[in-house]
Amino acid sequence: TDIFSVLKGGGSTLLGYIGIDTIIEQMRKKTMKTGFEFNIMVVGHSGLGKSTLVNTLFKSQVSRKSAGWARDEKIPKTVEIKSVSHVIEEGGVKMKLTVVDTPGFGDQINNDNCWEPISKYINEQFEKFLKEEVNITRKKRIPDTRVHCCIYFISPTGHTLRQLDMEFMKRLSHSVNIIPVIAKADTMTIEERQEFKQRVRKELEMSGIEFYPQKEFDDDMEDKSDNDKIRETMPFAVVGSDKEYQVNNKRVLGRKTAWGIVEVENPNHCEFAQLRDFLIRSHLQDLKEVTHNIHYETYRAKRLNDNGGLHPISTNGTHDSNL
Amino acid sequence: YISNLQFLSMKIKPEKQYVGFATLPNQVHRKSVKKGFDFTLMVAGESGMGKSTLVNSLFLTDLYKDRKLLNAEERINQTVEIIKHTVDIEEKGVKLKLTIVDTPGFGDAVNNNECWKPITDYIDQQFEQYFRDESGLNRKNIQDNRVHCCLYFIPPFGHGLRPVDVEFMKALHEKVNIIPLIAKADCLTPNEIKKLKDRIREEIDKFGIKVYQFPECDSDEDEEFKQLDKELKECTPFAVIGSNTVVEARGQRVRGRLYPWGIVEVENQSHCDFVKLRNMLIRSHMHDLKDVTCDVHYENYRAQCIQEMTSKLAQDNRMESPIPILPLSTPDVDTEKLIKMKDEEVCKDVI
Repeated sequence: TDIFSVLKGGGSTLLGYIGIDTIIEQMRKKTMKTGFEFNIMVVGHSGLGKSTLVNTLFKSQVSRKSAGWARDEKIPKTVEIKSVSHVIEEGGVKMKLTVVDTPGFGDQINNDNCWEPISKYINEQFEKFLKEEVNITRKKRIPDTRVHCCIYFISPTGHTLRQLDMEFMKRLSHSVNIIPVIAKADTMTIEERQEFKQRVRKELEMSGIEFYPQKEFDDDMEDKSDNDKIRETMPFAVVGSDKEYQVNNKRVLGRKTAWGIVEVENPNHCEFAQLRDFLIRSHLQDLKEVTHNIHYETYRAKRLNDNGGLHPISTNGTHDSNL
Repeated sequence: YISNLQFLSMKIKPEKQYVGFATLPNQVHRKSVKKGFDFTLMVAGESGMGKSTLVNSLFLTDLYKDRKLLNAEERINQTVEIIKHTVDIEEKGVKLKLTIVDTPGFGDAVNNNECWKPITDYIDQQFEQYFRDESGLNRKNIQDNRVHCCLYFIPPFGHGLRPVDVEFMKALHEKVNIIPLIAKADCLTPNEIKKLKDRIREEIDKFGIKVYQFPECDSDEDEEFKQLDKELKECTPFAVIGSNTVVEARGQRVRGRLYPWGIVEVENQSHCDFVKLRNMLIRSHMHDLKDVTCDVHYENYRAQCIQEMTSKLAQDNRMESPIPILPLSTPDVDTEKLIKMKDEEVCKDVI
């Protein structure tokens, strides 16, 4: 029931209906008007299909594909951070989507500390938000450039995680929501995928690395049960494509090989559809909330402590944690 | 109540270009339903204006069951108190924690000078508490006790606003959303009500009182909605009647007041504006009332607070900053300008 019909109808309170549930509708109207922001980062060495995947996820050219390094083009000496924003609209909902690409990651001979520019970028966005928050006159809606989700592309070696994978996830899983995916999964058979996934999950567990959705942030039993199912399927084995082919009288996105067409959105072929539903249709808001309520708050608390921004009240010597 | 996975399978078949983020409002909605909402409503006005009855009528509760009414003698030394009642209401799966802030004693004394001070102090204290919490280290479970709306009851017996009405509203209009009401409207004829409303609206204008403004209608709303919105705006201040009793009128059981000359029905729109008030307060503008409180009234308080602190620091020559305003050790040009502007404003008011 929309607000309009509720207002017109009047509604007898004698029957016990106050109308509190309409606040949901009031909120919805407001959020539709203001729109949403979503910032997604992709990390993985070149050639793993990062841009293709993001374009496939959002069904538009939101990420520019690199054609590989041309012979006279140099591989960047350090990891670059390139962010591109687009406003996309669907069903009356406007979303400002920002894709943050990280070319150069893992491409050098010596990849020591190649995660540092990424960590720096993430913290810079937290800092930007924090500065706005403590300002005297604050904007009504602080622009949110914080990274809500980082898709980490694992090479489909079929063996185990590489050291770089472990280093990256270990260092960044406490600043950003990491969603690991197995890239170019069409190089592995279904059995190979399952084994690989199990090994990856085991390795991550043994090193104490938690990817999103983190167990400790499950709100209640319902969330836990939903998220357990997802955690047991992760990392999603994905294939991306922006080319269409005709399969069984339908146009589908896929990759055409001599031995058949890999259909991106076919759940029997790969887990792209699952990733998309998880990322966009069910957990988009939660990704933002965990970023805001947990990762950002962690950054903020550390920042305030580090700079001695919170002195004990000096006059009477009591130690208060805030004023 | 459906789980995430069920919700996904219920969704429409993905069309070619359908990404799926149109579900975002649903995702937000689901979380809010789980968390629940809160709303703090203040009622102010002299005793006997029907405040408690109106609150009970609005929220179908009996918040004042065990109340003992004081007689005149007992009231002689009574000062304005602030009393909070909290009640949890659930409807169609949506939980609301409703807090009613009552202000007994307001305007009841012989000398009512500054009788609004305990009220403004209370509102400021809630702002201050929120400011401290918001600036603190652990922000996980901040309790929001800020007052989202104040219903101010104007007696129907006079000829418009009295001095105490004007002073009260002016003391509060920059701290809280004020919605003035004409109380006990059943003692007035329709003509008298119209005259009184016009008079009150004029005086509100004349004295520069900033009551809560309904936000503008979107240009893409349909005509009927715009008409309803217009009627709502032209009807203020709402003339209300409340009742805790149920009477039989026109073959139906309704909330009303039984007089020898007829039955006043609370929910009859031709009898009073109760329905308009309820719809506006709960069903269409509750969210906006909270937004204006957070975005305007609280932000004003906060900005003033920070400015006072920074100027005090400069005076005391202290190096430490007691609140986390971070190493913005030298205020930037814009902040300096702002502080200067606010200083000038304050001076203007004083003169």
